[in-house]
Formats: sequence, structure tokens, C-alpha cells
Amino acid sequence: MLHFSLLSILIWLPVIGAILALMTGGDEHANRARWIASIVAIANLLLCIPLYLGFDSGSYAMQFQENHLWIRAYDIHYALGVDGISLAMIILTNFTGLLVILAGCNAIKFRIAQYMAAFLVMQGMMIGVFAATDAILFYVFWEGMLIPMYLSIGMWGSSNRSYASIKFFLYTFLGSILMLVALLYLYNQTGVFEIQKFYGLNLSLHIQKLIFFAFFFAFAVKVPMWPVHTWLPDAHTEAPSGGSVVLAALMLKLGIYGFLRFSMPIVPDACANLAWFMIILSLIAIVYIGLVAIVQTDMKKLIAYSSIAHMGFATLGCFMVYYIMKYGDTYKDAYMSLEGAVVQMISHAFGSGAMFLGVGMLADRYYNHSRMIKDYGGIANKMPVFAAFFMLFAMSNVGLPGTAGFVGEYMVILSAFEGQAWVSLIAALTLILAASYSLWMYKRVFFGPVANEHVEVMEDINWVEKTNYILLAIGVILLGIYPAPILNVLHVTVDHLLKQSLPAAMTGL
Amino acid sequence: MQNNLLQIATLIFLLPLFGSVAAGFFGKMLGKRGTNWVTILPVAISFLLSAYLVKVIVLDNHPAVEGVVYNWMTTGVFKFDVALLIDRLSAVMIFIVTFVSLMVHIYTVGYMAEDPSYTRFFSYVSLFTFAMLILVLANNYALMFFGWEGVGLVSYLLIGFWFKRESAVFGSLKAFLVNRIGDIGFVVAMSAILMYFNSLNYADVFAQAHTVATQKMKIFSDYDVSAMSVICIFLFIGAMGKSAQVPLHVWLPESMEGPTPISALIHAATMVTAGIYMVARMSPLFEYSPITLSLVLVIGATTCLFMGLLACFHHDIKRVIAYSTLSQLGYMAVALGASAYDAAIFHLVTHAFFKALLFLGAGSVIIALHHEQDMRKMGGLAKRMPITYLTFMIGALAVSAIPPFAGFYSKDAIIEAVHLSTTPGAHFAYFCVLAGAFITPLYSFRAVFLTFHGKSHVDPHVKVQESSWVILLPLIGLAVPSIIAGGMLVGPMLFAKNNLLGSSIFVLPDHNVLLEMAKTFQGAKLMALDAGDTLAFWLALSGIFVAWFFNLRKPELAEKLKIRFAFLYNIMVQKYGFDDFNQLVIVNGTRRLGDFLYKTSDLKFIDGIFVNGSGKLIQWFARISRKIQTGYIYDYAFSMILGVAVLLIWFLH
Repeated sequence: MLHFSLLSILIWLPVIGAILALMTGGDEHANRARWIASIVAIANLLLCIPLYLGFDSGSYAMQFQENHLWIRAYDIHYALGVDGISLAMIILTNFTGLLVILAGCNAIKFRIAQYMAAFLVMQGMMIGVFAATDAILFYVFWEGMLIPMYLSIGMWGSSNRSYASIKFFLYTFLGSILMLVALLYLYNQTGVFEIQKFYGLNLSLHIQKLIFFAFFFAFAVKVPMWPVHTWLPDAHTEAPSGGSVVLAALMLKLGIYGFLRFSMPIVPDACANLAWFMIILSLIAIVYIGLVAIVQTDMKKLIAYSSIAHMGFATLGCFMVYYIMKYGDTYKDAYMSLEGAVVQMISHAFGSGAMFLGVGMLADRYYNHSRMIKDYGGIANKMPVFAAFFMLFAMSNVGLPGTAGFVGEYMVILSAFEGQAWVSLIAALTLILAASYSLWMYKRVFFGPVANEHVEVMEDINWVEKTNYILLAIGVILLGIYPAPILNVLHVTVDHLLKQSLPAAMTGL
Repeated sequence: MQNNLLQIATLIFLLPLFGSVAAGFFGKMLGKRGTNWVTILPVAISFLLSAYLVKVIVLDNHPAVEGVVYNWMTTGVFKFDVALLIDRLSAVMIFIVTFVSLMVHIYTVGYMAEDPSYTRFFSYVSLFTFAMLILVLANNYALMFFGWEGVGLVSYLLIGFWFKRESAVFGSLKAFLVNRIGDIGFVVAMSAILMYFNSLNYADVFAQAHTVATQKMKIFSDYDVSAMSVICIFLFIGAMGKSAQVPLHVWLPESMEGPTPISALIHAATMVTAGIYMVARMSPLFEYSPITLSLVLVIGATTCLFMGLLACFHHDIKRVIAYSTLSQLGYMAVALGASAYDAAIFHLVTHAFFKALLFLGAGSVIIALHHEQDMRKMGGLAKRMPITYLTFMIGALAVSAIPPFAGFYSKDAIIEAVHLSTTPGAHFAYFCVLAGAFITPLYSFRAVFLTFHGKSHVDPHVKVQESSWVILLPLIGLAVPSIIAGGMLVGPMLFAKNNLLGSSIFVLPDHNVLLEMAKTFQGAKLMALDAGDTLAFWLALSGIFVAWFFNLRKPELAEKLKIRFAFLYNIMVQKYGFDDFNQLVIVNGTRRLGDFLYKTSDLKFIDGIFVNGSGKLIQWFARISRKIQTGYIYDYAFSMILGVAVLLIWFLH
């Protein structure tokens, strides 16, 4: 029985944990909330082991399926299931969830129970998004995770938090309303809300384009793609560092996941038709946002912009397949591009998540919690262990081979050349842009003599922080030097997805 | 045997990694002595194993060995493996790398003895050795790129080793970024190779080279170029970054901010020659792209002459040697361009010995003078540091191509090869390498004379004494091959029927200048004795003479000339303005562009007009509509009547 409801347990266990944490009351029992949250987070991560072991990577079918009728009138089901991509994302969510809870135990000083509850609910909702196979259920989880995120920014954020949290909420909410319209249209066409049934509908190109744009707004805001990206730097800077980690490591990926799960297989002709549009936006993200990141003076904003630039590779990898198919011999040529996009989704979580945590650690130690680069300098003198870890994560952000950040970008650049050589060349500019913003920041913050008396008193990271960083460092290096195991989980799913996402005319090649 | 060799090669690169990890994580626990053991011993074993591989592959003629260590990833039809290729070229390279690395490891014990970050330094140097070995042992482009970036990373870390110094940190960032420009070239080249060859394995790629050579690639709608040239030009851009060819040379002088042992290892003997190695390795591709060969030739020649000139005008002893390295890398590139790949590798080998020697010698002086690097504050050290002097002199003679020292054979071969080459640009290159033959001894002996001869300008408080044996031992260890390696290797490496690099290098018959030269070659001894017949030899001697004249005999004359030709002198001091240009145009330009995009486009336009604008629009609309809702019955009654009237008119009309 456990086997069949594993996904439900993964989703609802954190929610139950959240309720328990809330029941501990105010901050006088803070440690109880900390323990409950940590135990739940660890339990959830452990539950990923049977999920991973039970998963058959040789099949593209949805696995661990659960299906219960939920609302009879509209044939809405509580239906769950995972394929390779969502499996990887669920494991990533649980991994990140644990890090965030641990970091929160250490860094958050007031309303701890509420903080833990918010992040546990967020974790549950996100697993729900990745596991849902029913469109309405997906939508419910999709919107459900906004609320705890909105609260966490508004409650534990910094000075300008109310502007940022409202901007975040309105931006993402407006986008998703259009998605709901598109889902309702698809329901009208098919009579069900099962996402799988939306595939291969043979809609006219005109309708497909309308649906494409409805989805586009929902997902592009989440990714975020230029020009609907301006909520992210604000949300990141104002959010508590745990919130930033969840945003960067998971929430942005939901946009890409949406493109993969909805846009590409449901409206393949429109995607092929509008691939140029998506590619241009992706390249703008890589180059324009990369340049913007260089001039940032706030560390969190800098990393936020760098996240947008990195996500440009994920969208580029997704939509470049249509160009590669024009020139390639078999659809296998486009395979690396799409798989690179998925890898980018996963690998970006480690490096950027770790960097956001790091900025949090610095700000916690600084007397006024400043995130400004100019307030720091010479940190390496005072916090050598932290500096060494941060160098590793900065290098992952730079995309150095042997780190997680390299794999996805490399795959996307390599495969793009076949579709359009110029795209590959422009995308390769990231090599210099990413190095510029990451290492220039590193130089100003960590190197040089100790900048001022506030830096002078900073202490190196404690054991909780070290544990977090060791976990992340293992992730970064392992994914960098041995990505094969993750790719093996993805192969069949990506293969199937690619076949579904290519217009009939192209697969005939 | 096949498998054994593969295991040995794996061990060769894993041992330094082990040393690095041990020193890096447990350095504090191990202490200085323990660190010495866990880093030096593995490198020493690696060196011995490399020597064994050289014996098996090169001397015993064992065929090249290839093998997979593990599968990095598979995606679609493409397989990326961590796989090694042990052939003649890589065997020679790992031998050089492990040998110089071993010397530098030993030297470091003395040089860094009082540094608080002693163990960190050892960890980095071992890590570098690991990455460099991967670079040369890889059998595919992806793994080579891993090593390529790995050495770049460690170079970055080591240049900025003394991270409290602003100049060191600046230099390290600059080095990394300039190298990354080259890396763009490498990555794009890999993309193109994958597209045209459907594989990144050398063997697969080289096997298809002659068929791809005829393919065209569309750049604009109807403008075609040779696909092979696109690939090779981008590859060479990558090589230009690592091997510091003009205009991507700007990082190398700055890299001298790092501790001297790594200047010897990374910025002279091994990493900077990675680009040369790469082009030589890719000879089956470059041979089919004459345009690229010309480009390599011209850029190499430019680097050779103009960077050599700069070396004559610097006072920092390490920078002089750094510019000398640039110039010598130019020589190697010239050899590549002339299709004399063996000569390029030959010069790479001899240069590794004598340039590492010069750097370590300079380091010995610097340590003796308590970190003084300005040659104007040296002088007359020959008597007080006899062994350092002698070995430094050997290095200077070798780099100046005086027979029978090592540099003579390799440089003379390059000059002769360029002379015979028919690649377009060869005339220009020939002029440059000949001029270089004059300039090299000029700056080298300027350094020798200013440092070791003449009056002492040393701070009288400093008590100068010869360095300790851990420093002198590597000097001697490098001095020996700086003397003999040239004469020993010139025959087998360049002119033998079955030459040392053998099938690792591919040359089209009509480019084969070395074959032409082999006809007149009658042994190393005769080559040295006949040096008097060559123009280069007399140019070299006159270079030494001029250096002596202006630095020891009549230094005041040099001052006069400086004033007389102030304009030219300023150009030299400004290093042709590359740094200013980069700073003003590229760095500031990028920042301004970023600022513009951020402040104007992102904040004012997108956020200001669209996001906050739509927010304001809604607020404005709400404000207006709030006014209508006054709450008074008569207002609502009035609007109802108005509505009814409008509707009535509408329907009755």
C-alpha cells in the first residue's frame, strides 16, 4: 500500500509537519518547531530512496500512479504520477527542502514555527506540482505554493519586502490566470483534465499559437524570461535566504517544467513556428542579463540576475530542438539539446542555491545585515573555510568543467551549433560574462585586506552551515564529474517527450 | 600490456590529485613535513611512471594505447568518456610535466618555507599537475577541455595566492577572463567538430579529416567558408588564450604576481604551452586549413618579435622573463604555422627546461634579496650566489640559442623551417624570428648583467647568501637538460626516419619542411660546429655584445638614447597600449553597457513604465471610480435616470 501512495505521502507529510510545527506555538518552543521541521524534511528525503529505487528508468510511462475522482461534475481527478524528469525534480525539491530547513534553524530568530511551516507547505506544494498528472490539480498546487512564498517574503524579508512580495504575487498570478484559460479551453476540446490527453490534439496552428501564448505568460514569468523578469531580483533581494534558495533552486524550474510538460507536447506546431521568438528571448537572457549582472552592487541581486541568465540556457535548449531538427538527420541529434536543458534545470539548483545561502551567512554576520558588495572585502582572511566553499560554488556558476554548472550549458552550446552556428557563438559568450560577474564579485567580497571593523569580527561557518555546504559541494562535484546516473534516469523520458514535442512533419525525417 | 599501460596512466594523473586533496583537507593535521611527503612523493612516483611510459611507447615502439576510464555521460547518439590516449606525443608531454612539477615541488619547500599558507600552496600545485596531466592524456576534446579549464582555475588561484595584495587579485581575475575569451573559441570549435564529425574523439575526428576538408559551411545566407577553417580558427583562438598570443597575451605579464615556483611551472613550462600542444595534437585538422596555418604563422611571428622587444624595457626580473616566455611561445606558434609541428614540440620541451630554470634562478635571487624583484636594486651577485649565477647563465645561454645549449637546436630548427616554408606569411615570419634571434640574447643577458655583474645596488642591510640545497637541487636538475637535451633530441625528434613523435603528428607532403631539412642534417655535433654559417648565430652574439655594451660598458649611453627616442621608449613602457585599450574600451565599455541596460532598460523602461506603470494605471482608475461612488442616494438615482435615458434612446432609435 505504501508503494502506491508514496507520492501522496511525499506531498502531504510536509503539510502535516507544517501543522504540527504551527501547533508548537510561539517562539518559546522554537526548538520543537525546529526539530519537527528537520525530522519531516529528513524523512521526506529518505522517502525519495524507495521512489528512486522503485522507478523503472526503462519506461517513459507515468509511474507510482495514484488516481481518485475528486470533482465528479467536471471529471477532475486527484491524479499523481512521475516520469524521469519529475522524479529528478522531486528528489531535488526534497534535497533543497532539507537544506532550507537546516539553514532556517540556524538563521531565523523570530516566528520560527511559522517560518518552518511556510517552507514545509511550500515543499509539499512543489512536489505536488511535479507529481500532478491532472491539469486542475496541477493548477491548484501551482497557485498553492505562491501563498507561503508570498508570506515568507512579506514576513521575514528585508526593508522593501512589501513592494517585492506584492510584485512577486501579482506578476506570477497574472501569468497563471492565462494558463487556466488555456487549460479550460483544452478541457472543452477533450472533456477531461488529464494532461496526457491534451497531447496530440491536432489543433489548428492559429489556436495553437493562442494557447502557446497563454502558457507562455504563465511559464515565462516563472522562468523568468526577459522582459517579464523584473520581479525576480526584487523578490530575491527581499526574501529571507531560505526563500531565495527555494526561488532559485526550484521555483524558477517550474517555468521550464511547464514548457516541457505543457507547451511543447500540447502545441508542437506553434512551438516550432515560434521557436525563433523563444530563442531570441533566451539569448537576450544570456547576454543582456549577463551584462546587467556585472554591474550589480547588491550580492543577492547579482546572483538573481545570474540565475535568469542561466535559465536562458534551459529555455534555449528546449526550443533549439526545432532548429536542430531542420538540419539534423534523426531526432536523436536534437536530443542532447533537450536533455541539456533538463540537466541545466537540475544543476543550476546546486550552485545558485549555495550562493544564496552564502550571502545569507554573510549578511547574518554583518552588523546591519548588508548585502552590498562594497561593505565587504577580505572575507577570505576571516572565514577561510567559507571562502573555499564559496569559490567552488562561484566556479559552478561560472560553468567550470567538473562542476554541476558546466554540464547543461555545455550540452546546449554543443548541440545548438547544428541548428544555427550563430546561436552557439552568442550563447558561448556566457563563458566570459558568467566569469566576469561571479569572479569580480568574489574578488571584491573575499579578496584583499580586511575591509573594515565589521568584517574583522566575522567568524567562520559553524557546523550546521558546514553540513549544508558539504551536502551542496558533494552535489556540485558529483554532478560535474559523473552526470551519467542522472542522465540515465532522464533518457527514456526525454526521448519520449521529444517525439511528442516535434511536429509530425519533423519526426518523419 | 594494453590494460597495464592504461592503469599506469590513470595512476599517473590520480597520484597528484591524491596529494592535492590530502594537503588541501588535512594540511593542518599533517604539518609542513607531512605535506611535503604527501605531495612530493606522489609526484615523484608519477614522474617515474611517466619515464616508464616513455620507455615503452617511445623507445620500445609500443603502439599507442587508448582506453576508457569511465563513461562521463551518454546523450542521444553522443558518448562522452573519460578516456585516455597514450601515444608518443602524450608520453613526451607527461614526462616533461611531471619532471618540471617534481622540480618545482622540491623547490617550493625552500621558497615557501616561511609562508603561512604553505600547505594550501602545495595543494594547488599538485592540483595543477593533475589537471595538466588530464589535459595531455585526454583522447577527446571534452576531457581535454576539463584539463584545460582545470589548469586555468589553478592558475587563477595561484596568481591570486597572496590574496591580500590588490595587484595579485587583479592579475588573477584578468588572467582568468582573458583565458575565457580563448575558451569561447575552444567551445565553439568543439560544437563545430561535433556537428561535422559526430564525435569528439581524436581518433574518429582525424580519420574523417580529409573528407570534412572539402565541406563548406554557410555563415550568412549565401556566403560559404570552409568548415575546416572555421573549426581550426576557433581552435586556434582557444590556443591563443592559453598560450598567450597577441592580442590575448595581456594576462601573462600580470600572472607574475603569483609566487615564483608557479611562474616556472605554470607560466613557463607547462600550462602556457598547452595551446601549442593542442595545435600540434590537432595537426591532422590544421593541415587542411592553409588559411589558419598562415594566421598561426603571422600571429606567432608578431608575438615573437614584439613581445621580445618589450622584455628589453622592463626592470622587474620576473616580468622580463615573462615577456621572454611570450616571445618563445611566439617561436613555437611560428613553427606550428610552418607545419613544423615536431620543431614546435621540440622547442616546447627545451623551453620547459631552460625557462623553468630561469624562473627558479630568478626566484633564488628574489628570496636571497627578501622579495626584491627590481633589477636596478641588484647587481654584482655572481660571487655571492655562485651556483644560482652559473645555472642562470646556462638558462640565458640556452634561451639565446648559443650552441651547444638546448635552445640552439630547437630555435635554429624553427628559423630554418620558416625559411623553407611556403605558407603565406612566411617571409614576414622569417624576418621576425631572425630579429628575435637578436633580441632574445639582448634581454636575457641584460638580465644576467644587471643582476649578477657590475656594481651592487643591493640594499646594504640585506645579507645576501646562496640559497639552500632544496632550491639549488632543482636548479641543477634543470640546468643539466638545458645543456644537453637539445643535442640529444634534435636528431631523433626532428630528422630521424621514425622520429620521436611519429604518427602523433600529421603533415601533408607538400608542407613537410622538416623532411627537406633532414636532407642536409648530419648530426647534432656538426650542426653546432656549423653554427657559424648561420645568420642567427651572429645575430645572437651581437645581441649579447649589445647587452654588455649598454648595461655594463656604457650605461649612460642607454639613458641618452632613452631621451633621444622618448616617443618610442614610451610606446614600449606603455606595452603598445594593449592594457589601456582593454581597460578603457573593453572593460569600461562593458560596464557602461551593463549600467545602461540595467538602469535605463530594466529599471526605467520595463519596471518604470510597464510594471509600475500598469500598477499606477490601476490605482488611477480606482481613484476615478472611487469618486463616482459617493454614497449619496441622489447621485445614484441621478445616474440611474441617466442610464435609463441612454437605453431608451438606444432602443427607440
